[in-house]
Amino acid sequence: MKHLLSIADLSPKEIEEILDRANHHRDVNRHSNKKQAVLAGRTLINLFVENSTRTITSFELAGKRLGADVITMQADSSSLRKGETLIDTAMTLNAMHPDFIVVRHQASGAVKLLADKVNCSVINAGDGCHEHPTQALLDAVTIRNAKGKLKGLEIAICGDILHSRVARSNIILLTKMGAKVRVIAPPTLMPNKEFLTSQGVKVFTDMEAGVKNVDIIMMLRLQKERMRGSYLPSPREYYKYYGLNAEKLALAKDDAKVMHPGPINRGVEIASDIADDIHRSIILEQVEMGVAVRQAILENLG
Amino acid sequence: MSVFLAEPGLKKGKGKKLLKNARIFDPESGYDQIGNLLIDGDKITDFGKIEASDAEIIDCEGKLLTPGLIDIQVHAREPGFEKKENLESVSRSAAAGGVTGIAVMPNTQPVTDNVATVEFIQRRAIKKSIVNVHIYASITKNMEGKELSEIGMLKEAGVVGFTDDGLPLANPFVMRNALTYATEFDALIAQHAEDLQLSNGGCINEGIVSSRLGVPGIPNASEAVMVERDLQLLRLVQNQTGKGRYHVLHVSTKEALDAIRRAKAEGLNVTCEAAPHHFTLTEEAVGDYKTFAKVNPPLRDEESRKAIYDGICDGTIDAIATDHAPHDEESKRLPLADAAFGIVGLETMLPLALALYHNGDIDLRALLAKMTYQPANIIGVAAGRIKKGAKADLTLIDLDKKWKIKPENFHSKSKNSPFEDFPVQGRAIKTFVGGRLVYSV
Repeated sequence: MKHLLSIADLSPKEIEEILDRANHHRDVNRHSNKKQAVLAGRTLINLFVENSTRTITSFELAGKRLGADVITMQADSSSLRKGETLIDTAMTLNAMHPDFIVVRHQASGAVKLLADKVNCSVINAGDGCHEHPTQALLDAVTIRNAKGKLKGLEIAICGDILHSRVARSNIILLTKMGAKVRVIAPPTLMPNKEFLTSQGVKVFTDMEAGVKNVDIIMMLRLQKERMRGSYLPSPREYYKYYGLNAEKLALAKDDAKVMHPGPINRGVEIASDIADDIHRSIILEQVEMGVAVRQAILENLG
Repeated sequence: MSVFLAEPGLKKGKGKKLLKNARIFDPESGYDQIGNLLIDGDKITDFGKIEASDAEIIDCEGKLLTPGLIDIQVHAREPGFEKKENLESVSRSAAAGGVTGIAVMPNTQPVTDNVATVEFIQRRAIKKSIVNVHIYASITKNMEGKELSEIGMLKEAGVVGFTDDGLPLANPFVMRNALTYATEFDALIAQHAEDLQLSNGGCINEGIVSSRLGVPGIPNASEAVMVERDLQLLRLVQNQTGKGRYHVLHVSTKEALDAIRRAKAEGLNVTCEAAPHHFTLTEEAVGDYKTFAKVNPPLRDEESRKAIYDGICDGTIDAIATDHAPHDEESKRLPLADAAFGIVGLETMLPLALALYHNGDIDLRALLAKMTYQPANIIGVAAGRIKKGAKADLTLIDLDKKWKIKPENFHSKSKNSPFEDFPVQGRAIKTFVGGRLVYSV
């Protein structure tokens, strides 16, 4: 495998291997000396045209902990702001002989466009509303660690499905691994139903029905930056019908866990006490596994 | 002629009343028998060949006893424009017209776009109204056509439908999202179908009369393009969600009605209503700058008047609603182009509608259906039926009485009607709301 652009590029076996290695890296990361030499001498460029906190940090740490030289370029400081096209930026970076370019871009398909023009490995760190494969992998390993398996689990993804690359990557990965996926969204934030059912996903617009007896509830943020026009009346109405609170969580299985890719909007899609409940929330485990999974991916591509 | 109107406030009837010797008529079931009907408190407990020794007796003298009429488009003007009308005066006007339930429109001040205003209207109705008040809220905040109102919370608060009223929702993306979002709450999206840009400040129908008077006209296409567009959006929403509800307020043109007829045949979930003035009058009523005949949508030409009339008779039109739009004299005593749009209608709905029955063009059951259970179904309220256990909202009608409309006798605060001295046949003579006699003549 040269690039990681979509979860569709990975077989179930490759996914299992990445998840297993991620746990190894997690164990190493818990030691005071976190340095490994797997990627010594390699160069990794983070090209984040769309901004990010946790993804960019975790890729930087992942590269450094494996011994690579890491350079991070954010949109504000890059020539893209000076009018350079994405392809010209890609060719320029390529001429510097990096081994990996990690790309985030606000346009769906932009990472693939760039990948076609460079010689090194390209990792999709999120392209528009399309895919976010490393997020899906870190979610998968977090779920597997919490539940001991993926196969057969009932997993509800709830929120702004329409604009979510996290949802699209997770749907592909989780169904591929034998989990049963439901999506829950207000009708204005629901993608085409035929597309969803073709992916083997059950569709709910009523959250109370959607979370009934699930093992995992994955909450998503409202992607306001991708919304043009009025999809919803107000944050308070959204919270009333689609926010995760104790009453709705009680409808899930007793040992159901709550996830969120972050950044969370407390009181909009999730109640603070649930986000902070260490018995139900595995949001910080997701962050921990974010670094470890990205190490496993770099190792795999390298 | 002595008129009784109940004291303000929604109160339940007390004790038992036996409405004797009535022609009891229920449009939904088709029940049509001379008999007695017993009310206990606010409910109908029994009817038919029954007697009750301990009840107050009201002799109906063989007159027609129907479910209370329902008018699903009324501008009550409260809060904000109480000079023109308020919940007390509009309810007296309704009761005098035999109307026991009204749906009030959201073009109030402030706009009815939030739960607090809805609760205000509900409280005022309990205190001041003598008929049932159902509430429309706006689709978008402040009827600006931009951001959706809190449709879910408003529906939970008791709102029966959503419309941006005289500021039709122009942005098709917002309309699509409104129709889509509303599916989750089974909320009704209603539209005053008009492309305001095409109307371009027109004040009466575009045609011979507007040309003669030299005033800007509103073409039929103004209504038809909006209905056609919304039906395209409804199809999109129904295909995607399997649900969707769309209601055309006061349809006035042949073209729009034809579009609705086709959409119904296709299976789209669309309903429509028409106002008595649109199937009774044409643009000729504007005559020599008569502002009392200025209404939006405007009185159309004879072809459209006939089409609306026929649409009532053939069933394409689901409900008769008045678009009761009271205006003080100052708003009407102006040049035609500057005068306010609107006609008061609550006290003339029944007699104007009965003309279709007296003409022999529609049977009584089908006609009354459009003023009872069919409008109730559109706004999703359990009313408009005579059955055991139902709320005793009833109208006693003298079908044959010939009389002339006298706006000066209206109980509405406003008298803006083009029907002065218009000859009609039939009228409400008693109105019961929740078992309580609220109007009698």
